[in-house]
Amino acid sequence: MSRKYDVLVIGGGNAALCAAIAARRGGASVVVLEGAPKFYRGGNTRHTRNMRCAHDAATEILTGPYTEEEFWKDLLLVTGGRTDEELARHMIRESKDILNWIVEQGVRWQPSLGGTLSLGRTNSFFLGGGRAMLNALYLTAEQLGVEIHYDAEVTDLVVEGGMFLAARLKRPIDGVNEIRATSLVAAAGGFEANIEWLKEYWGDAADNFLIRGTPYNRGSILKMLLAKGVQEIGDPTQCHAVAIDARAPKFDGGIITRHDSVVFGIVVNKHAERFYDEGEDIWPKRYAIWGRLVAAQPDQIAYIIFDTTVATSFMPTLFPPIAGATVAELAGKLELDPVALEKTVADFNAAVRPGTFDHTILDDCRTEGITPAKTHWARRIETPPYLAYPVRPGITFTYLGTRVNKEARMLMKGGRPSANMFAAGEIMAGNVLGKGYAAGIGMTIGSVFGRIAGREAAKHARN
Amino acid sequence: MHGTRILDEADRLMTVCNSCRYCEGLCAVFPAMEMRRAFSDGDLNYLANLCHACGACYVDCQFSPPHEFNVNVPKTLAVARAESYAAYAWPRALSGVFARNGLVISVMAALSMAAFILGFAAAHERDVLFGVHTGPGAFYKLMPHNAMAALFGAAFLYAILALVMSVRTFWRDIGAPIGGRADGGSIFQAIRDAGELRYLHGGGVGCYNEDDRPTDRRKLYHHLTFYGFLLCFAATCVGTLYHYLLGREAPYPWWDLPVVLGTLGGIGLVVGPVGLFAAKMRRDSELLDEGRYGMDVGFIAMLCLTGITGLVLLALRETAAMGPLLALHLGAVFALFITMPYGKFVHGIYRFTALVRYAQERRQAG
Repeated sequence: MSRKYDVLVIGGGNAALCAAIAARRGGASVVVLEGAPKFYRGGNTRHTRNMRCAHDAATEILTGPYTEEEFWKDLLLVTGGRTDEELARHMIRESKDILNWIVEQGVRWQPSLGGTLSLGRTNSFFLGGGRAMLNALYLTAEQLGVEIHYDAEVTDLVVEGGMFLAARLKRPIDGVNEIRATSLVAAAGGFEANIEWLKEYWGDAADNFLIRGTPYNRGSILKMLLAKGVQEIGDPTQCHAVAIDARAPKFDGGIITRHDSVVFGIVVNKHAERFYDEGEDIWPKRYAIWGRLVAAQPDQIAYIIFDTTVATSFMPTLFPPIAGATVAELAGKLELDPVALEKTVADFNAAVRPGTFDHTILDDCRTEGITPAKTHWARRIETPPYLAYPVRPGITFTYLGTRVNKEARMLMKGGRPSANMFAAGEIMAGNVLGKGYAAGIGMTIGSVFGRIAGREAAKHARN
Repeated sequence: MHGTRILDEADRLMTVCNSCRYCEGLCAVFPAMEMRRAFSDGDLNYLANLCHACGACYVDCQFSPPHEFNVNVPKTLAVARAESYAAYAWPRALSGVFARNGLVISVMAALSMAAFILGFAAAHERDVLFGVHTGPGAFYKLMPHNAMAALFGAAFLYAILALVMSVRTFWRDIGAPIGGRADGGSIFQAIRDAGELRYLHGGGVGCYNEDDRPTDRRKLYHHLTFYGFLLCFAATCVGTLYHYLLGREAPYPWWDLPVVLGTLGGIGLVVGPVGLFAAKMRRDSELLDEGRYGMDVGFIAMLCLTGITGLVLLALRETAAMGPLLALHLGAVFALFITMPYGKFVHGIYRFTALVRYAQERRQAG
């Protein structure tokens, strides 16, 4: 006969740990099942760096204020209105308190370094990054007496009429194959590492996607929950996708494979043709659109082409640029048609109109007479060596998820709330983020709904 | 592309870290790295000596092993650091000493010197060696003050010369402008940073040792060792002043300043090194440069031996054991002096120099 816990948390990232800690602090006995081995614990949280929280005044870690209303407007902007207003506003309100609560759980924010790091107004940075944040949360959870198991893959959920009864395990834990609990918190992430599932929406193109985070986010818990009658939310084709270096590993390349050089050059596809206005918008919006743009190109590959004058204008990169003394030589190294690339660069150069370059604003350097236009930051590419980064779509996370209410309680098909199932983090991010992304919002969703889910799950268990 | 394989690896890691930068709040290494896009040998040696080996960046890194990017900054910089000691050693011919077994060399040096002093005393007057001597000048029955001063003065001056020459080369190599001098403000900042071991705190939680919990006491033990050493050094200086300015000869009564300083310092030099050694034994081997084990342990042993022999000498100085104990203590001190430029002692000097450079860079960056 297996032991019965008050709260079972499936997952091991920010949302899961916030839920576990909140539930434990709420007096519940808590067990956490993390499907990954210890080193890879924490899903995508490992690769995060900051969190977006509303605040009414500046602090030692934030220039301020960033009001609830402004946060809401930013969210409305990136999602194009595809968000649940009630849930989103609730999250934004709670985010104010999370800024302090998370510190009480041992997480440290990075203070100003007096010049080398300019502090953000909207986002707080974890000292040491996401893994440091996770380490602190795990330490706190362990000290509170939360039971944590790694390599603990759940193969089935026993759910009856919207009520969770037990989770079945791939490998027994302490000789037990089934864990029963009064409440369930599902915080097991999205399905971005499940290429087969991605292919259902993207076709064979998904074979060329690189997954920026953990290979363990396969969406198995999400799939089980949807199969057990939980209402789904979010567009399954929507995901956070940026253009990352094509030489990056298939999984877990993390932050360091990104490129922010698009604005300084042009982007061509495998036919050496430009396909989108590289000067459309400023960071971070331009960052978040290029994954989808590259995914729509043949073979899901593209090349950022620039010249040596701008080679140090952006963050240093993990992989060095590919260089050629001439455009034709560069084309040869990229296995592009040299004649086609020379023509593309020449046409672009001829279309550039004089202006005053400033990459921090939408400046007046633009092209005339070519399609697509480069509407800002257009400067001739003419100083050898010519340089290029090959890029592919890098998937951060998916938006398909479980529908929840303000208590982070899952809603069943038909709208009835589940008796004892809660969800937090990426698995329910689609409630708030119908599309688009704003830096640090994934962590806000994780911490805020994690804490709510843990609190509510404990409350349910102790009733 | 670099002089050594470890510098190639350090370059690879700094390229990874520079494209990530999550660790920039942890210590000085990462902000210093961010001021560069490419890394010369000198840059890498600078960064290696800025690293205090707290281990925080290893524990916090999403790319540390077993990740395929295999980012292990503390270990890589520890090896690079140790190799830099040899690279900057003066005279160059002695740089190989770093590679050999520091523990054996130091202990042999100490015992040889002790034997020499014993032999000196025995040849001089056999009864003196095992006699009971008390009152001012008792120590000099064993060895005349002038001989002692000449011997230790020479050893000390040699150590200072070798260290100065080494640091000059290092200072030039780490990118200080040619002929550039450190400004007072930067030196003061570096003294504060080194004095409080600012960068051994893992960004605030402390140093990592056996696992991913920052429970390490290395900062405390290091402080005990460092300030113990300084107190002992101060005791020697005060004693010298007493001798030449006031004409007062050692040994001094227990309540007198040189003895009080020496006793407190001696306690620090025993407790500190023992604690550091215990921490080293417990430390996750992933964070350690195990190849340099002998050198580290040799230095720890010499400091500890100096402290212990000094304290025992204080306790038993009015017995017949005084002669042999004094010889042993002097031997330890002598060995400490002459091995200083070629052992772990230099880590403090190079770290300090790197901290000065960092303070200067920060000022220049505004």
